[in-house]
Amino acid sequence: MADETVDIGIPEPEGSADIIETDYQIGQDNFETQVGPFRFDFHNPVFVISGVLIVIFTAIALIWPEGSRDLFLSIRDYVKSSFDWFFLMSANLFVVFSLLLIVSPWGSVRLGGSEATPDYSYPAWFAMLFAAGMGIGLMFFGVLEPVYYFGTPWGDQPLGGEIGIVDGVVASEATTAAAREMAMAATIFHWGLHPWAIYAIVALALALFSYNKGLPLTIRSAFYPILGERVWGGWGNAIDTIAAFATLFGLATSLGIGATQVASGLTEVFGSGAGAEGTRNFMGFLWGNPVPEGQSDPNSSVLLVLIIGFITAIALVSVMRGLDGGVKVLSEINMGLAALLLAFVFFVGPTAAILGDFFGGLWAYAKNIVPLSNPVGREDTGFLHGWTTFYWAWWISWSPFVGMFIARVSRGRTVREFITCVLLIPSLVCVFWMATFGGTAISQVIAGATESGVFQNVIASYRPEISLFSMLGELPLASITSTLAVLLVIIFFVTSSDSGSLVIDTITAGGKVDAPVIQRVFWCIFEGAVAAVLLVGAAGTAGLDSLQAMVISTGLLFTVVLLVMCWSILMGLISERRNT
Amino acid sequence: MFKTIMVPVDLAHADKLSDAIGVARDLATQYGSKLVFVAVTASTPGPVAHNPEEFGRKLEAFAKEAGGDAAATSHVIVSHDPTADMDDKLVDAISEIGADLVVMATHVPGMADMLVPSHGGSLARHAGISVFLVRSAG
Repeated sequence: MADETVDIGIPEPEGSADIIETDYQIGQDNFETQVGPFRFDFHNPVFVISGVLIVIFTAIALIWPEGSRDLFLSIRDYVKSSFDWFFLMSANLFVVFSLLLIVSPWGSVRLGGSEATPDYSYPAWFAMLFAAGMGIGLMFFGVLEPVYYFGTPWGDQPLGGEIGIVDGVVASEATTAAAREMAMAATIFHWGLHPWAIYAIVALALALFSYNKGLPLTIRSAFYPILGERVWGGWGNAIDTIAAFATLFGLATSLGIGATQVASGLTEVFGSGAGAEGTRNFMGFLWGNPVPEGQSDPNSSVLLVLIIGFITAIALVSVMRGLDGGVKVLSEINMGLAALLLAFVFFVGPTAAILGDFFGGLWAYAKNIVPLSNPVGREDTGFLHGWTTFYWAWWISWSPFVGMFIARVSRGRTVREFITCVLLIPSLVCVFWMATFGGTAISQVIAGATESGVFQNVIASYRPEISLFSMLGELPLASITSTLAVLLVIIFFVTSSDSGSLVIDTITAGGKVDAPVIQRVFWCIFEGAVAAVLLVGAAGTAGLDSLQAMVISTGLLFTVVLLVMCWSILMGLISERRNT
Repeated sequence: MFKTIMVPVDLAHADKLSDAIGVARDLATQYGSKLVFVAVTASTPGPVAHNPEEFGRKLEAFAKEAGGDAAATSHVIVSHDPTADMDDKLVDAISEIGADLVVMATHVPGMADMLVPSHGGSLARHAGISVFLVRSAG
């Protein structure tokens, strides 16, 4: 099967692997052109159509913010409540499938051929997949989610569990213990095996079909076992276009909404209005954080746009410096800072209670994972649709981006190593993170009841963006740790933004990873511009909310894609030689 | 005067390299030097090859053909992110292969080079040895 000539032909694999023989040449549909002084090399029509679609939808959200929000939110809610069984059963299948791969004989198949060596060390690999996939969510939900389940009297506690604090009065010890355990179990459920299995499936499918089968690193390649050569035509274009579209809007909307969180964090730490000297100093510019006249919202749109610009500028430097010089370095810095914050809360907070939450939470998770993941006959529909299905749709709509990025950095690992490190270890880290941040916050609520800041900002009034700062505020050195937390949120956004730009660039360049640097610069700026335009143009975050709802709705579509990927992985692995 | 001449090539655009290769070959004949063809690839499948090993074989075959009568070998650089790392990797390659001259094809500078300098220009700026940039006619 080897072809020794210079002509493009059927290659010999590195070690043993099973290259798919196809006449398609990577880049054959690419459009190479010189626009003014810049050279472009992009896939036609994926680049053009996804770019145009993004502009059109941004325009719709701008011209018609309230209407499009109502429309997209109703689509999202319809998808969440009507397809809850589909999301839950699919996610369960992904977990079981991934776990079976670990123990199956195919676990020894190596990504990149049997002789391939890992591209990245464990710590670097781990830092990158964490920073791209979840970091920002951990900052946002670490305190919010466990406390919400523990104490919010919304009547739909997970599995109809206990409420730990009613009307500001802490319940009996037995009740709070039960409520605390269920709060941890439900949170772990959303951040544990299921999301990481979703990412692992996409990443494994892409890595397998790219490194072992020799197909381009784009989403469509995983469909080769089903569509065959048709994957290079309209079907493949559609798959890649939707992936690029969902990735860009996913990033842009969370960047926009994230900017409001950063602004709230800055306001919380440094104050707002005329007294916001600290904010000015922190951001390093002269515009302050003034309260616009007649508005109670302390976050001026000037500040929000500056934050988006700040994040985009750092991401821009990072993508221009590349995977090793930019993305990896930032991810490692990020991991270091996150570990520092985690260690601080663990040791300064109620360490014994946190350890209890960690082990108790794991045990409660094991006990309740089956009822929590069962879609049939549930009475806690508020929890099921408001949280679980929302999360599943959200993880799945992000999976093309995160999965593709994980695939990009995972060459040289065996399937077993890959699943262990993308599924089991991140799940455990998430459990520990949630136990530390959520456990500390719940302890504060039990100790302080209505006096505690967490109670006031999560249970009494719902201000999710400052829940983390409320928890840190009751620990020593609050101004230092809160600053660190703001910094972490910013860097987590940068690491999502830069890795996302690399992914969109690769998808829209037909799987080429050596497209001209100007293209990744374009995507990075485009993403920031969409976020900024939506924030300023539409009143408040209406435009962002509507487009984010639309992205989440694409989760339904990608669930089907993921199910196909499971089948493709199976087909792909069967033809690989196992290392015995 | 020159023992080892490094010739960076882009196999995906081999048709644009003939001027530079001609110059490299003439210099090699004149000074009795060895030619080393250098190319950068990612580990993901690309237009030229499906994996680095296949890329290496193609570069070797290319070197044999392009080298003509001169003694020619090849050297593959695998990069995680060629778009960003190309320039640094090429500078590193100079010491890895012990080159004392670089002959490289490049384009006529334009506006874009102010923002993103050409690989040839960047190499000339950072290399400790002589660099001969051959502008393509087009």
